[in-house]
Amino acid sequence: MRTLTTEQTTHPVLIFWIIAGWVGFFLLPWYGVEEFFSFEWLIDGYPFDEDYAPAAFLIGQGQKLWLAPIFAGLVLPLFALGRRKSDPVYARMLILAGAVGFGWLILQGFAIGIRGWNFDWARALFGDLGDRQYGMGYGALICASAFLFLFTQGIAARGAINGDVFVVSAIGGVIVIVTAFVFFPIAKMLTAAFITEDGGYSAGVFASKFFDDRLWGLGCLSGGRCGVAWNSLFLAVLVGLITTVLGLIFALVVTRSGFRYKRALRALTVLPIITPPFVIGLALILLFGLSGSVTVFISDVFGVQPTRWLYGLPGVLIAQTLAFTPIAFLVLIGVVEGVSPSMEEAAQTLRASKWQVFKTVSLPLMRPGLANAFLLGFIESMADFGNPLVLGGNFDVLSTEIFFAIVGAQYDQGKAAVLAMVLLCFTLGAFYAQRFWLGKKSYTTVSGKGDSGVHPHMPRALSLPVLALALIWAGFTMVVYAMIFYGSVVELWGVNNTLTFKHYVTAFSFRFEDSGIRWSGAAWDSFWTTLKIAAIAAPLTAIVGLITAYLLTRQTFAGKNAFEFGTMLSFAIPGTVIGVSYVLAFNVPPVEITGTGIILVVSFIFRNMPVGVRAGIASMSQLDKSLDESSLTLGANSWQTFRRIILPLLRPAILAALVYSFVRAMTAISAVIFLVSAEYDMATSYIIGRVENNDYGLAIAYSTTLIFVMLSVVALMQFVVGRTEIGRRMTQSRSSV
Amino acid sequence: MTSIKMMLGASAVALTAASGAAQADKLTFYCSAQEDWCQLMANSFQDATGIDVAMTRKSSGETFAQIKAESANPKGDVWWGGTGDPHLQAAEEGLTAEYVSPMRDQLHDWAISQAESAGNKTIGIYSGALGYGYNTDLLAANNLPEPTSWEDLTKPEYKGHVQMANPNSSGTAYTTLATMMQLFGEDDGFDYMKRLHANINQYTKSGSAPIKAAGRGENTIGIVFMHDAVKQAVSGFPVKVVAPSEGTGYEIGSMSIIDGARNMDEAKKFYDWALSTDAQNLALQVNAFQVPSNKNAETSASAPDMSSIKLIDYDFKTYGSSETRKRLLKKWDDDVSVLPQ
Repeated sequence: MRTLTTEQTTHPVLIFWIIAGWVGFFLLPWYGVEEFFSFEWLIDGYPFDEDYAPAAFLIGQGQKLWLAPIFAGLVLPLFALGRRKSDPVYARMLILAGAVGFGWLILQGFAIGIRGWNFDWARALFGDLGDRQYGMGYGALICASAFLFLFTQGIAARGAINGDVFVVSAIGGVIVIVTAFVFFPIAKMLTAAFITEDGGYSAGVFASKFFDDRLWGLGCLSGGRCGVAWNSLFLAVLVGLITTVLGLIFALVVTRSGFRYKRALRALTVLPIITPPFVIGLALILLFGLSGSVTVFISDVFGVQPTRWLYGLPGVLIAQTLAFTPIAFLVLIGVVEGVSPSMEEAAQTLRASKWQVFKTVSLPLMRPGLANAFLLGFIESMADFGNPLVLGGNFDVLSTEIFFAIVGAQYDQGKAAVLAMVLLCFTLGAFYAQRFWLGKKSYTTVSGKGDSGVHPHMPRALSLPVLALALIWAGFTMVVYAMIFYGSVVELWGVNNTLTFKHYVTAFSFRFEDSGIRWSGAAWDSFWTTLKIAAIAAPLTAIVGLITAYLLTRQTFAGKNAFEFGTMLSFAIPGTVIGVSYVLAFNVPPVEITGTGIILVVSFIFRNMPVGVRAGIASMSQLDKSLDESSLTLGANSWQTFRRIILPLLRPAILAALVYSFVRAMTAISAVIFLVSAEYDMATSYIIGRVENNDYGLAIAYSTTLIFVMLSVVALMQFVVGRTEIGRRMTQSRSSV
Repeated sequence: MTSIKMMLGASAVALTAASGAAQADKLTFYCSAQEDWCQLMANSFQDATGIDVAMTRKSSGETFAQIKAESANPKGDVWWGGTGDPHLQAAEEGLTAEYVSPMRDQLHDWAISQAESAGNKTIGIYSGALGYGYNTDLLAANNLPEPTSWEDLTKPEYKGHVQMANPNSSGTAYTTLATMMQLFGEDDGFDYMKRLHANINQYTKSGSAPIKAAGRGENTIGIVFMHDAVKQAVSGFPVKVVAPSEGTGYEIGSMSIIDGARNMDEAKKFYDWALSTDAQNLALQVNAFQVPSNKNAETSASAPDMSSIKLIDYDFKTYGSSETRKRLLKKWDDDVSVLPQ
């Protein structure tokens, strides 16, 4: 069957992209319109008005003549039509067309901006341009995609990845968007590390900022204070380890114990992940701070002098552990569930004790999950900004230093760039350490072979301490959340404890009027914007993340390591850096999206994609490749295999990616603070404004509402995506208890 | 993008009249004061003039960072509120535009001298004196005497009870540092900072955090602008405000027009309006306890009485310049912050 399709001379995919390219060039407005989703341009002077004209009309009217060479890239692929894929001319034409079109599009985009030539040498060479151009719009976007996919079809026709068009196109697409929205802005930001005060470039500037004692000092070994870099590293390792252990504990309790209230426990572990920043920190202060209720109680009973012990490493550690354990749990639950019971049963049959089975079979098979959970905890802790800000005391970490290097009284972007590089080195180091630890072993346990039994319970010696720890931590989480809810219904947190609903009324009141519902509460605007942005970003994030994970686990291609590195990069960089670099990169043509909702969506996709990638990789490395192979042998192509075989088995990973990206889009703050605009204000930046203004009640009421909204959305997603049936009997047989 | 092009391209490229005429008047307003004040200013200006206002509220440091990042293609028109230093810095870096308002004759001298020190690229809209506040409950619980002067704060009994922001990250704390330099002279000023350092329990990142912590009972004494401390007291927290007896420095909250603003006419309209008595009286509605720059505007009854505070003759030109700032911060970093506590 496959040989027949390759001999076809009509190529529907090729024809589709050729048409798309022509539509982009001849029909759609080339430059950006003010509102991406408004179609006012259709009735406002289109197609002749300069603002809305398609490229072809512009050139026809003698304007923007530098767009003309793009047309060449649209004509070339026509020569490939009617030829067979095996014909070398077919591949050559498509590669040439894609390269010429895409290359020229990018080149002219960067060379000519809103002030004419962007480069002095171009001005010197060609003289003043006397014209300008703005950010690219629909037309340019469609044309660029067309060129990209023509190019990848050409590459595939030359035999790359077995001539698989879907895989080559997916690789090409991911590379281009990651380059555009991760590498490009970050590179722009990091060059600031080498810029001297008078605008020149110098490595000395970098060195003097890098080898700073405040960064690398080891004073804490002799009773003083350590450098920020060591603080961050130490904290991140601790958080990574603790969250992984706690995550594993919860995963074991949920999947391998007779514990009755598993569902409640599961819901509880997810709570912190859906909590807006600052809230956990504030609750901890009210419990354990100098005047916190627990502190006061203990000092009354035992007569100890209250201290500020919370402020510093202990406080940040507790808050981050609370906040990031759920991430470890989400990664580990899939993996712990995915370990095939047949392996464990085999070991038991061979007379291994329960403890031996757990230690030598189950645990090693969970290694990819453990490693990924640690990596995520480590990186999250490194990039976390809210908790150190509230609870850090004099314990400075990189992320807050970066923020205040940019917005503080120093305005030192160079220092921020250097600190960001250090942070990046740490996270990448952790990334490679994890790869090294996992090695090249196989962790595959889900194969195509029917029912594979039931998970045994944990050995008793393990289950008691595990259950105890899980319950203690769950209890602690519950107390913290009870505090938060209580804070939203009292007059003034910590001072006046009269019960009131006024904060909810201020934020979320509405009236019914003749014209419909009037949303008169103060929080509605930011609430709807946040919901909309999160709802758009979440599925896109999951798609990009899972496709990337599929490419990384299932395909081999040159430069795969660099590819993987690129997709993880945005996660390893604190949001503040992302925020500023996005403003620097996307405030000017060719991509001009600051002040729009698009920039928020894009930043969320690329901030959160790595979690989708990690979850996808962790799950996919458990799926036997023979599943794909049998699908391919039966005549399916790689796209069909991905959609029909892998995707359904990946439901837990899809759910994790969806939930995580939705939730993060609603709770993220550090990048967002630079990207929000008057029209697109987000809930978190609104909440921070309230906290700064002492409206703790309102801030917490808003946060509580967000928590409930996210809970219901997560439940809805769980319902829609559904559970994976991987041939496990859900009920536990009596004998194994 | 139409409006962007309208402004930027008006002179250079002949744009179709149609797209220009269709636009309603509008203004992009960056606000660095408290949220409700910003909101009120935006709405009131919109009511008064019919100009559509799109307001973004961020701290002055964040706004400065944003204006700088956007400088190649400015998105904002006018920047109102926030401490004066970043406004002066923006003026120094050419990020803001020169404008002499016809309202000037109604303003206090300090507001105009702020403008003059920045080549008319900024102007004072309110001022607030530096001081400190303490939590009366905690002070009593620890049997501490009530402090009244800067010198009191260095007494050993207050060890671990004083909080201030880190001057590297906070404009408030930098004002504190600069005030000590001017009050005691540079050598004695640094000596004071060193003695104070021994009593500090935490250098916070944000300027008003010390008094917020004091309000919540997490800290005893916070060195902040007095209007921030008053705000805590008015919100119901057990905070008492102190104007140090040696005299003190102050900040001038400022306003600037962004260079290359797309709606320059509207920005100027806002600028003039914001200096008027009516606009400045709006502060009374939102618990803002700064002193307005218009001579005829009213000051809140709860606000610290400026006539009873000994104000130093704060040299904004010298201490607002990036050269002095870098030098003082480096000296503080090297000589003060590393000392054991």
